[in-house]
Amino acid sequence: MSGATTEYQRTEDGCFTAPLLLTYPYSRTVGETLARFFTSLRDGRIEGTRGSDGRVYVPPAEFDPITGDPCTEWVPVGEQGTVTSWAWQSEPQPGHPLDHCFAWALIRLDGADVEMFHAVDAGTPDAIVTGSRVAVRWSAERQGGITDIACFDLIPADMDDASAAGTPDEPPAAEAPRSPANADEVLRLRQPVAVTYEWSAGPAASGHLEGLLEGRLLGRRCTSCDQVYFPPRNGVCPRCAAPLGEEVEVGPQGTITTFCIVNVPFLGQRVKIPYVAAQIVLDGADISMQHLIQECEAHEVRIGMRVEPVWKPRDEWGPSLENIQYFRPNGQADTATIRATS
Amino acid sequence: MTRDVAIVATAQRPLEQHTRLTSVELIAPAIAAALRQAGLERDEIGFWCHGSCDYMSGQPFSFVSAVDAIGAWPPVVESHVEGDGALALYEAWIKIQSGECDTALVFANGKTTAGPIDRILTLQLDPYMVAPLWPGATAIAAVQARACLDAGVVTEAAMAAVVARSIADGIANPNVGWGTPATESELLARPYVTAPLRAHDCGLPADGTVAVVLAAGDAARSLCARPAWIRGIDHRIASQRFGAASLTESSSATSAAHHAGVGADRVDIAEIYAPFSHQHLLLTAALGLDTERTVINPSGGALCANPQMAAGLIRFAEAADRILAGVADRAVAHSTSGPCLQQNLVAVLEGA
Repeated sequence: MSGATTEYQRTEDGCFTAPLLLTYPYSRTVGETLARFFTSLRDGRIEGTRGSDGRVYVPPAEFDPITGDPCTEWVPVGEQGTVTSWAWQSEPQPGHPLDHCFAWALIRLDGADVEMFHAVDAGTPDAIVTGSRVAVRWSAERQGGITDIACFDLIPADMDDASAAGTPDEPPAAEAPRSPANADEVLRLRQPVAVTYEWSAGPAASGHLEGLLEGRLLGRRCTSCDQVYFPPRNGVCPRCAAPLGEEVEVGPQGTITTFCIVNVPFLGQRVKIPYVAAQIVLDGADISMQHLIQECEAHEVRIGMRVEPVWKPRDEWGPSLENIQYFRPNGQADTATIRATS
Repeated sequence: MTRDVAIVATAQRPLEQHTRLTSVELIAPAIAAALRQAGLERDEIGFWCHGSCDYMSGQPFSFVSAVDAIGAWPPVVESHVEGDGALALYEAWIKIQSGECDTALVFANGKTTAGPIDRILTLQLDPYMVAPLWPGATAIAAVQARACLDAGVVTEAAMAAVVARSIADGIANPNVGWGTPATESELLARPYVTAPLRAHDCGLPADGTVAVVLAAGDAARSLCARPAWIRGIDHRIASQRFGAASLTESSSATSAAHHAGVGADRVDIAEIYAPFSHQHLLLTAALGLDTERTVINPSGGALCANPQMAAGLIRFAEAADRILAGVADRAVAHSTSGPCLQQNLVAVLEGA
């Protein structure tokens, strides 16, 4: 999972928002049954499995939906089938099988008893009805997955296996049994997911972000327990659920309450290791926040050390704590006691 | 032996068509209002249970930060259901049955408009065979609607009648309040979005929160003059495989209704969660509701406003409110999840 924000905006109701793209690069193992199905699809064949009641499932059932037993009997089925229900997608969306209007359909392939869900390139909604005969259109490049079937096409009556042969349920002859150990078998399915959200900071944190644009560190005081939160997330005190009240300017000096020395390199690291990440409670605040400590050796950092922020050049500021590049020792005497709540 | 458990208080935050509040900011006022209505302090709640969906809010592990809305200090007993808040209510009911607590506060937040909800709901489909096609929730429902129309179990006119009533009831519902009245013929004249569904056949995405307080036995009686007793509750799920079960009925709804005891007596009102208009008709039949004797969805239901993940628990709150207020003696509350009414939760609420 990764997330990325780009440009922020202020909305008319005073909230900072930004588009947030969340991506999940899912890669799924497919298991024995689906491996065979997807490998066959890649090789241009369609097979299903037979359930305990004799029904043939395409796509295959891994386990019988009624008895729960493994489905082990494979049945080759035809590349043509019958539409049993459909809907019209008038405006295709990103990721759809077709880039122009088309039908979604449940399709019972010849020789199968249970439908598969896919797209039919019907042209217009008038061209398709429940009962329409359709045929597989294979993808030009097949990798092993349901999208190896690009979509289905409507079959003109004279091209229809079912009407020509008069035996709509007769499947094609079974292929020779496949080797159980197919070194080239499809074992994984990549399903990248990408969704863009409108991320909103909400009204309470937006005042804090507005302050950061001006170089001010604004927290809020709980109306019940008087603790000052920085940042004031959500406008609610997480200890007592009371609303946060007045804005309180805190810092810029603060005290280190705890810290760690980072020696591990990782993807996206922006600071040279070793470096110190510390919890800092700003003067006037009751809750610590995390930031970097620089301009001193890592081994000199200690709990109780007094620090001050080093700001980026003003023209690089945004509504973000990243306006502060890091904190550095401010030369004041250590704070002897750190409040337990920090 | 089961313990007597009742809904003793409910609170909803009025729905919005798009909010920029954070999830915590949405939840906290509803929790506070439910506690006020029940006359309970936070530390008197034995169990907290939350329903929401990370994919919908666009925040992985959002339920972790949502605990901020409770004020979880000292630490509380809490659980989260990645689903509709009605399922969280079911978990809370079981927790009370276990004897571990006598009170529970159940809450749900539905920030449906934070992202492209129709596309996001693809992620609940079979990840191998269906999700790679990115059909979205509406297309799946539309295929089901066509099957129902073909089979003659619904008609477009009947779907329009359901929508017309939902709009009118939504306008009258203070937690909704929006909408423009339309006749059936006006609705039928509108274009399809994903034929055979028109835009109004699909629940309008909305943002909102709801909180419900449960209490057992004497605790319920001491908190509330007329608790809404949960006399039966059952949850059933069927395979989500298209074609494995009939699309023109909801056998899991029928089964849940049977085991919850819906048919044992007359039902004054029913609040059912139908995200699409044809599903309202399917559910009415599946739950065995008599439209002559039962007022179905006096709140307007989810067609006029569908804050997903809260919408099911809102049905429970709306049903309970009518028992609490004494305008109904026996009510049915229903919630659904998954494509094509895959999962169904049904409860029977009684005033005595």
